[in-house]
Amino acid sequence: MKEYLNNIYSALFTIFVGMKVTFKHLFVPSVTIQYPDVKLDLPERERNRLYVNMDDCIGCDQCARACPVNCIEIETVKSLPEEDLGKTSNGKKKALWVTKFDIDIAKCCYCQLCVFPCPTECIYMTDVYEFSEFERNNLVYDFVTLTPDERVEKKINFEKFEAEKAAQKAAAAEAAAKAKAEKKEDNKE
Amino acid sequence: MALKTEEMILNMGPQHPSTHGVLRLELQLEGELIVNIIPHIGYLHRCFEKHAEAMTYPQVIPYTDRMDYLASMYNEFGYALAVEKLAGIEVPERVEYIRVIMGELQRIASHLVAIGTYGADIGAFTPFLFCFRDREKILSLFEMTCGARLLYNYIWIGGVSHDLHPDFLRLTKEFIDYFRPKIKELNDLLSYNKIFIERTANVGILPLDVAINYGITGPMLRASGMKWDLRKDDPYSVYDKFDYDIPVGDGRMGTVGDSWDRYFVRVLEMEESLKIIEQAIANIPEGDVTSAIPKRVKPPVGQVYSRVENPRGELGYFIMSNGTPNPLRIKVRGPSFVNLAVINELCKNLLVADVITILGSIDIVLGEVDR
Amino acid sequence: MIYDFFTNLFNNQIIGIIISAALPLLLFILPFVLVAVLMERKVSAHMQDRLGPMRVGYHGILQTVADLLKLLQKEDIVADVNDKPLFNLAPVIVFAGSYAAFAAIPFTGAYIGSNVDLGIIYIIAATGLVVAGILMSGWASNNKYTLLGAMRSAAQIISYEIPTILVVLSLIMITGTMNLETLSQMQTGYFWNWMILGGPGTGLDKFLFIPFTVIGFLVIYISTLAEVNRTPFDIPEAESELVSGYHTEYSGMKFSIFFLAEYANMFAVSAIVATLFFGGYQSPFGYLGNTLGAHWLIPIEQFFWFTVKGVFFVFVQMWLRWTLPRLRVDQLMAVCWKYLIPIAFVNLIIIGLITVL
Repeated sequence: MKEYLNNIYSALFTIFVGMKVTFKHLFVPSVTIQYPDVKLDLPERERNRLYVNMDDCIGCDQCARACPVNCIEIETVKSLPEEDLGKTSNGKKKALWVTKFDIDIAKCCYCQLCVFPCPTECIYMTDVYEFSEFERNNLVYDFVTLTPDERVEKKINFEKFEAEKAAQKAAAAEAAAKAKAEKKEDNKE
Repeated sequence: MALKTEEMILNMGPQHPSTHGVLRLELQLEGELIVNIIPHIGYLHRCFEKHAEAMTYPQVIPYTDRMDYLASMYNEFGYALAVEKLAGIEVPERVEYIRVIMGELQRIASHLVAIGTYGADIGAFTPFLFCFRDREKILSLFEMTCGARLLYNYIWIGGVSHDLHPDFLRLTKEFIDYFRPKIKELNDLLSYNKIFIERTANVGILPLDVAINYGITGPMLRASGMKWDLRKDDPYSVYDKFDYDIPVGDGRMGTVGDSWDRYFVRVLEMEESLKIIEQAIANIPEGDVTSAIPKRVKPPVGQVYSRVENPRGELGYFIMSNGTPNPLRIKVRGPSFVNLAVINELCKNLLVADVITILGSIDIVLGEVDR
Repeated sequence: MIYDFFTNLFNNQIIGIIISAALPLLLFILPFVLVAVLMERKVSAHMQDRLGPMRVGYHGILQTVADLLKLLQKEDIVADVNDKPLFNLAPVIVFAGSYAAFAAIPFTGAYIGSNVDLGIIYIIAATGLVVAGILMSGWASNNKYTLLGAMRSAAQIISYEIPTILVVLSLIMITGTMNLETLSQMQTGYFWNWMILGGPGTGLDKFLFIPFTVIGFLVIYISTLAEVNRTPFDIPEAESELVSGYHTEYSGMKFSIFFLAEYANMFAVSAIVATLFFGGYQSPFGYLGNTLGAHWLIPIEQFFWFTVKGVFFVFVQMWLRWTLPRLRVDQLMAVCWKYLIPIAFVNLIIIGLITVL
């Protein structure tokens, strides 16, 4: 019998205590932020969309190797010795043409592992977080500033240069072999 | 002639509002009472352990985040401790303190989710929103430090990725002062409510010997009466320098080891975490947090098993290395996976409506169960 | 008064009756339901520290209109295996049962739908029609789980009618009349003449009644909460173990009829509780019309007080919904049969003894 009355009393008491809590909250200002009209200020370390400053990129491939999901694809072409690609912002001389630098931002897991190894700090995370697209292919970002013709041209130039060097080397080797053979003949005589 | 009765099989399918993820529970009913429950898992399996063999050691950390996505800091913490043990890396003391602060904040956030969703399953919708409002404050603290709210990639092998923001300690102190009265409000609204007690007390009683036989760890084991916590019984990092208590279930609203105990142990643990954070903030030393991070992690040949106390139980990492920059084998002992196995024992001869109560009190995260 | 007005207008008693009975329905209850749906969303939002609907109209006022338009244009799905006559008839019966109760509730001193002497008993009988509608909808959906949910809901409503009737009986014993209009008129004056404070009259028995009428008020409030399927008794509406209860299979307008019926039912039981215990349309302090000498103002004031009391009790129902968790089915039955019925019974006997002596 005592437990019966106790049950009733504790039920009513705890219900009233709960109701008091909820009632107090009616007068607390709400914490909702009405998103499209009002946007939050994000902290400066926030990890959103990646951006690459191609003027500083030396094509070292460190970021592509550090990425855990392999979303960065880099292809580089060695430059010819007489070409001047300029300097990066911290004084290094660039020696590679970067012909392909694709980041598939849909694959990216926003882990920031690519930002740390970059020697010139050219890849970093911006504060842009509203970048949805209608087509999936538009989410593959291409950062290279050369036109497609230029990229093909650089590649062809390099291959020609290599071919010339190989031909020169072959000619030089032939000439050396010939000279050696002649010398041998001289020695023999 | 006796009547032939058939057992009915009911499916609480992969999509269900109360199963905390994609879990399929096959219930075999005899009338209204449950005879057998078979959980079917694997809907969230993402081959973490196999995939890690193709990554280098630092690249595995974003993947460990995604296993138990509600307590990411602890996954990274456990992994970093394991690799540091294997490779013999010593970390500066400031790093240890930062890891402890982040871990305990993460424990509070994870318990808030557990408590909120448990209330929502039972039918009380308001505490759910209150818990999430408080959790937002913790997530904005994390956002200020490392830039992400849920999957951090913050605790690295040999240190942490960024030093603390200059405002972090002050804001954390403000959070602690803000949060203490909120625990009391939560107790008023949910924990001591008679209807909630009627729904959860004496439901799903887990005796202590059954719990130990099944290998249960974490708040479930503590609610059954045993005072076992890896932070005190097998201390790692700097946990032995702090003064805190381990809450244990004492059956004050029913029997020891029922769902109310499991729920209330989590509420008490949040209070203890606040104590640890206060002490850590008061005593944190200065130092350089990135000085011990090696350029290339190449541990010597060997194997290590290292464990930490997740908000859900004992999270263990077994790592085998063969001297290359990629691990040979990583095996994870997920606490939710082991804890889920006991649901068959707990639900014998109960009504179907109680299954949801018990599942909520076990507090599983499917990412950890399936990996 | 309004009945006379319409009879004189049309010179026909039947049309007069029909219009004066349908008037509160169209002018008051339906708009109230629209407001009530929005009120629930806003009240729940502010209790949970958030904002609720904000974009449709100023601060979300037109949200219910948008919902109604959406539900109107939805496809009305009736499966082949459903029992078509029952399936289509069930929402209508539930709706009729809820709205029929308003005929005997006095809105103001000058207007009551039908001044039947059986007042309160008629209301309780009419709300019992809802049970038949729910069972029909559960059976006709041809779904194991809706049938289970509907049977549970029917059991809940039927069980909780018993404490309601016991408390009403005790009130009838105090006042001696079943007609709600007479009951409201008995509570004129100021608020100490209200039933919850012992009723009109002076003398010792008024003060002796007070604790028992308060207990009676609590019992009737809880049981009417269960009759309208609100939390903590909302097993039929919420998960019902696994699926959504007796109105799972309904879509579009039929679903909205169920919901309109639920909110109207909420208002009906709040109005009944207000009339029985809190003075109906009487104001707690005198009438402005009386002091100013404008006697035509009085019915309007009474209507205002009636609405305020009804809306206040509806607000308390919503307040309870967002505070309390749900009861399990067997606990729900235990609360009714083991707690409410014995208490109501003892209450009845004691009030009877006090009245006789």
